Amino acid sequence: MRVALFVTCLADHYFAAAAADAVRLLRHLGCEVAFPADQTCCGQPAYNAGRLGEARRMAEHTLEVFAGAPGDPGDPAAPDAPTAAEAVVLPSGSCATMVKKFYPRLLAGGADTSGSVALANRTSAAAALADRTFDLAEFIVHRLGVTELGSGLAGRKVAVHQGCHALRELRLETEPAVLLEGAGAEVVSWEAQEECCGFGGLFSVKMSAVSAAMADRKLDTLPEVDWVVSGDGGCVLHLDGRNRARGTGIEFVHLATALWRGVAGGARAAEGSDVAATHAAAARPLEVP
Amino acid sequence: MHTRIGDYASRSREIIRGDLGVREAVTGATIAFDQKRLQGYAEVDADAWRRWAEGVKSHTLTHLDRYLTEAEARLEANGTEVHWAADAAEAREVVMSLAARHSVKSVVKGKSMVTEEIDLNPALEAAGIEVYETDLGEYILQLLGEEPSHILGPAIHKSLQQVQQLFADHLGSEPGGDPDTLARAARRVLRDAFIQSDMGITGGNFLVAETGTVALIENEGNIRLTTSLPRVHVAVVGIEKLVPCMADLAGFLQLTARAATGQPIGCFVSLVQGPAAHPDDDGPEEVHVVLVDNGRTNVLAHEHAWEALRCLRCGACLNACPVYRQTGGHAYGYVYSGPIGSVLDPGLLGLHEAMPLPFASSLCGACEDACPVRIPIPEMLLEWRREAQEEGLTPWKERAALKALASVATRPGLYRAAGRIGSRLGATGVARALPMLGEWAAERALPTPSGRTFRELWREGIE
Repeated sequence: MRVALFVTCLADHYFAAAAADAVRLLRHLGCEVAFPADQTCCGQPAYNAGRLGEARRMAEHTLEVFAGAPGDPGDPAAPDAPTAAEAVVLPSGSCATMVKKFYPRLLAGGADTSGSVALANRTSAAAALADRTFDLAEFIVHRLGVTELGSGLAGRKVAVHQGCHALRELRLETEPAVLLEGAGAEVVSWEAQEECCGFGGLFSVKMSAVSAAMADRKLDTLPEVDWVVSGDGGCVLHLDGRNRARGTGIEFVHLATALWRGVAGGARAAEGSDVAATHAAAARPLEVP
Repeated sequence: MHTRIGDYASRSREIIRGDLGVREAVTGATIAFDQKRLQGYAEVDADAWRRWAEGVKSHTLTHLDRYLTEAEARLEANGTEVHWAADAAEAREVVMSLAARHSVKSVVKGKSMVTEEIDLNPALEAAGIEVYETDLGEYILQLLGEEPSHILGPAIHKSLQQVQQLFADHLGSEPGGDPDTLARAARRVLRDAFIQSDMGITGGNFLVAETGTVALIENEGNIRLTTSLPRVHVAVVGIEKLVPCMADLAGFLQLTARAATGQPIGCFVSLVQGPAAHPDDDGPEEVHVVLVDNGRTNVLAHEHAWEALRCLRCGACLNACPVYRQTGGHAYGYVYSGPIGSVLDPGLLGLHEAMPLPFASSLCGACEDACPVRIPIPEMLLEWRREAQEEGLTPWKERAALKALASVATRPGLYRAAGRIGSRLGATGVARALPMLGEWAAERALPTPSGRTFRELWREGIE
């Protein structure tokens, strides 16, 4: 299956190695992966802040980049062209929700902006894109129908933090855990498993004390595990940031990296595909007032 | 009502950093409530009930003029006197003049958010009337001089130890004591108050248009006494509390209890249907219903906010809310706190007055899942945020940052260049370039960029 990767701005810049693991994983599962080069940010920061004009411009840009009906013949001269992709896959539940759930709402409203996608077209284009867009775990379980990945995570105890958008908008309640177990890991239940970590984008800086207290609730209830695994980079930046500030010493791993390790075993672990290792190099406990 | 909403960010910080007791008490109690709700929902086809309730409430609100007229006629036919109050001041005046008419010296009150909303107690006290809050939680807060911090459990932010100390100081009860012992100590004081008071004041959970019935749900029995012992009963009721008929009420009584506490129904349900018919009958000589608008028709007229008027005041969204759990209700600065407050208050008070409440949410969606009348709170928060942006009520730096993001994100070449530079700046470099990360760093370690962007890895080839 031909798949276009929408890496998301956060993964592009903060989880590059995890995004590369997502590519390896998808290829391993038989997908041909394209990376449309003009992709940027899905616009969720503006959407959540209520700046719908800016959000709409970014959504229209994304629509153009990933437009194209499923099954269009790909241009062999442009292997990165997304037109032939049957699916658009994001290593982020939150950004996947933006495209799947919020784009249709966002693009149905508002006046025609200066964007090149006309109002009439963009509504149907948004619906078409929503239909073939998937969060990574959702794609593997529901589109590829795969739940068994290997045994590379045998002996690993992990806890799952599922982002709220994936959990309550996409209703992906079990998919990450199913895949982790399908990669050999032992998934440990977590009292605050389904609670919001407090990231919330702009919320984390506007209401930073509440946001941090919410992270503390997650960290304080965490059972003993080797890794905390999440498919949402934003949540991980926030939780791990709090973790490092408190010196709690918890290791956070992006779902894509965890699953790829599950497939490939420990063999590739040393090649910089470890989010936590990148972070650990820069870790320094901060004074928390 | 005077609000302190504008200080939400600083007050929430003070509560979190200053007094760990609040956060622990609220988190523990709300999680327990939320678990009970989940159990209460699981025993029935909760989604079907919730869709039904949403439909009935939305229908009533979109035909409110008709049902209000019907309710008024039925109330009067029952011998209840109906008063209309456009705002808080009018509502207070109605109650004050009734108190004067009956030379009231002492009032017992059932727990009521709307009487908090209209600032009734200070007005009664200023007139020399003794006011007794008879709900145990409200009574605790009255002794402390505090406002309720939760729709259902007003003293939810207090620990058992704090209440034990309070009762030892004020009521001379033995130090320690389990909740039953403490309730008995309060009961000794309140029983006299019930007997000596001339007026009982309550809110109303529902007002049935078909029959002119005020329905009240409780677990302690104090509302039953408040509505039946004193000579005069005054029910202060928001105009959104209407339901069309008794059959609807039967469903709402059950759904409200399940959403609030997981109970199949409240321990006491009082159906007030006018005064005692004969002097020898039990019940008050006079019953008054004060129908309060106080901003509700503005909410009803608002394209998005009107859905908040479906609210049953069950507190389920507060219990489910991880934001509310960190601080309790006092951080919000107004009587309606938590998720429902953040969408209702801007409608009742005006958006400017209610800032920054629409932003006091991580948009996690737990509230919408819990709500028995399916109020789409996250979507409504986004609508209020949109209005706040359009009216220029947000910091200019934030607006500038998001404009800049959109400019960069719609120019792929510029985006790539900025990304390459950003990835090489390192954590502190990025923080210097993005001043908003200062707030981030106050609580967390800075995120470390990958060094090389994914697209650089892609270009080199991913093996």
